[in-house]
Parts: sequence; C-alpha cells; structure tokens
Amino acid sequence: MSKFSKKKSGEVPAVSTASLPDIVFMLLFFFMTVTVMKDNSLKVENILPNANEIKKLDKKDRVIYIYVGKPSKEYEKVYGTEPKIQLNDKFSDPSEVGSYILQERAKKHQDLQNFLTTSLKVDKNANMGLISDIKQELRKVNALKVNYTTYEGDAFRNLQ
Amino acid sequence: MARRAGAPEVSAGSMADIAFLLLIFFLVTTTIETDAGLDRMLPPMEPPEDDVVIKQKNILQVIINRNGQLLVDDELTDIKGLRLKAKDFLDNNGDGTCTYCKGKKNAESSDNPTKAIISLKNDRETKYSTYITVQNELVGAYNDLRDREANRLFGKDFTEMEATYLDQQTPPSEKEALKEKVKQIQDLFPQKLSEAETSSN
Repeated sequence: MSKFSKKKSGEVPAVSTASLPDIVFMLLFFFMTVTVMKDNSLKVENILPNANEIKKLDKKDRVIYIYVGKPSKEYEKVYGTEPKIQLNDKFSDPSEVGSYILQERAKKHQDLQNFLTTSLKVDKNANMGLISDIKQELRKVNALKVNYTTYEGDAFRNLQ
Repeated sequence: MARRAGAPEVSAGSMADIAFLLLIFFLVTTTIETDAGLDRMLPPMEPPEDDVVIKQKNILQVIINRNGQLLVDDELTDIKGLRLKAKDFLDNNGDGTCTYCKGKKNAESSDNPTKAIISLKNDRETKYSTYITVQNELVGAYNDLRDREANRLFGKDFTEMEATYLDQQTPPSEKEALKEKVKQIQDLFPQKLSEAETSSN
C-alpha cells in the first residue's frame, strides 16, 4: 500500500515559459505581414460572391472602393433592409457616386489619376438594378475601369 | 574598486505580455483584405461616331432573367453549358480567315474571333451572384481559348503570363519581354464583351 501513496519528490517542475515571447512574436509578425489596416468600418453586409477567373487588384493607392449590401443589423431600423451603397463611412444614393469618384480622384497623386480602378465590393444578395445605376454613374464621370471584387472559389457555389 | 560579478540579468518574464498586447492590437485594427476580382471595362458614355453595322450572327446574345435563368441566342441554357457555348461561338471561324481556330466553321455562327461579340443583358432584379457567375464563365471562355493559343505558341498558360506581367515584383526587363507576348495573345482573341443597359421589366 505504501508503495503507491509515496511520492518521489515534492512537485512537478515548472514548464519553462522562456520561449513564449518568441512564439507570440512569430504570431505577431505573421499578422502584421498578411493584414492591412482597416480604413473604414463596414456598415453593410458584405459577403462577396465567388469567382475563379480573377485578377489581382492594383496597388491600394490606385483603387477606389464602393461597398454595396444590406444595412447591417444595427442600421436596419433606420435604413431598412434594401441593399444600400456605402461610400466612405456613410450610406449614399446612386446619384452621389459620381461626385464621390471625382472627389477621391482629386485626392490621389496626379500621375495616378488616369490609372484608377473602382473596386465594387457588392454583397452577393444585392440586385443588379442598383449595380446598373452605379455603372451608369461611373460611365458619366469616365471611371471605366472597374473590378468586381470577389472571393476566390468555385463560381457555381454562388447559385445555391 | 571591486569587480562586479557581471550585470544582473533582466527579467524577460513580461516580454510575453508585451508581445501579446501588440498582437491583440494588430488583430483588432487590421483585416485580411480580399484584393482580387473580375476586371471589366465599362463602355464610354458617348456613342462611337460611326455607327457600325454588326451582323446578327456575330453577336452571341446572353440574357439573364430575374430568376437567374439564361437565354443564349434564344435558347434556354444552363449556366454550366455557357462556357462551352461561348467557346464554340468565339472559335467558330465562319469565314475561314482565322488560321488558329479549331471551330466548326458553322455559317450561322461568328465569322472570326476579332468580329465575334458577346452581348450580356440582365434584368434589374437579377441577383448579383448570378451575374458574377455568368461574367466568370464568359471571362473563363476567353481565358480557355487564350490559354490554348499561349500553350501552342509559348508553351505557357496565358493567365499565368498575364499574372506575371501585372505583378509588381516582376523585374522590368522580364515585363518588357512578356508585354509583346501578352498583347499578341490578346489580339488573337480580343475580349469583346458588351454590356447592354438593364431592362426594367
């Protein structure tokens, strides 16, 4: 009996945490390299559709973003559930897209102004009517280069 | 003077806490951005000055209705069959002037790839995801044909060549060499995808 109850030495030796900082730093550097700073908070639902014939977007300073989607939960009461356009940090009408593009274009460096792409980040449940309105506005201000931003994946998954 | 027995060791115990703090800060303030998609050019606002007459057979009409059904040249088509239809249409070579085409030479279909136009029309109620799928398939049809030609001429995929060409990290000398090739392939199958304005009914 006494064979089992007897402990050899008082306690388990403590696990060394000396390498913990290294591990955490590794994680930190990973996140620092693969992510970019958030510059505006999304107020719309934004689940992009999938596509596989995609091309990478230009550098960030040559892109103007337009978000479209249903207002997210906290804005539902005020703005309803119909898909809306988000420019910078506020909800907008299609008619405001033109002036927004011109305004953003003016902010960019002169050399880049002719090479701007408009990235349309549209929720997959939005209707084409709104997109057509945006496209029409973009044509009016001669911002013809657009990119339908999507996730990479099988395009047929969109249909389900 | 008494010699010191070495500097006292700095405790590294709080290093982990500091690193965690930084890590959490970056986790909260950053997002993993999606920065890829389908590139498209919109048609300019002012109509072209000379009104060109395009033969009906050189246009592949793709219409998407509000339920996501597809009408390709007045024929109800499944989206999965669209890519093949578009490829057949582009590669048809009706007038026999295209030396690299492998199409059926159907007199009812397009004359040659430089004349073939795909016209996409959608309803206002069409879902965006359906539209993207159709766009994806049409771009895919072009890419498939261009890949075929690029493989024949340069032994490489066109999409791969284009990606290298557009990549910022590619050295300029390599870019210059690729530019010609990419242009050549693009001219073999020029992307003529017209998007009509949406119908409201």
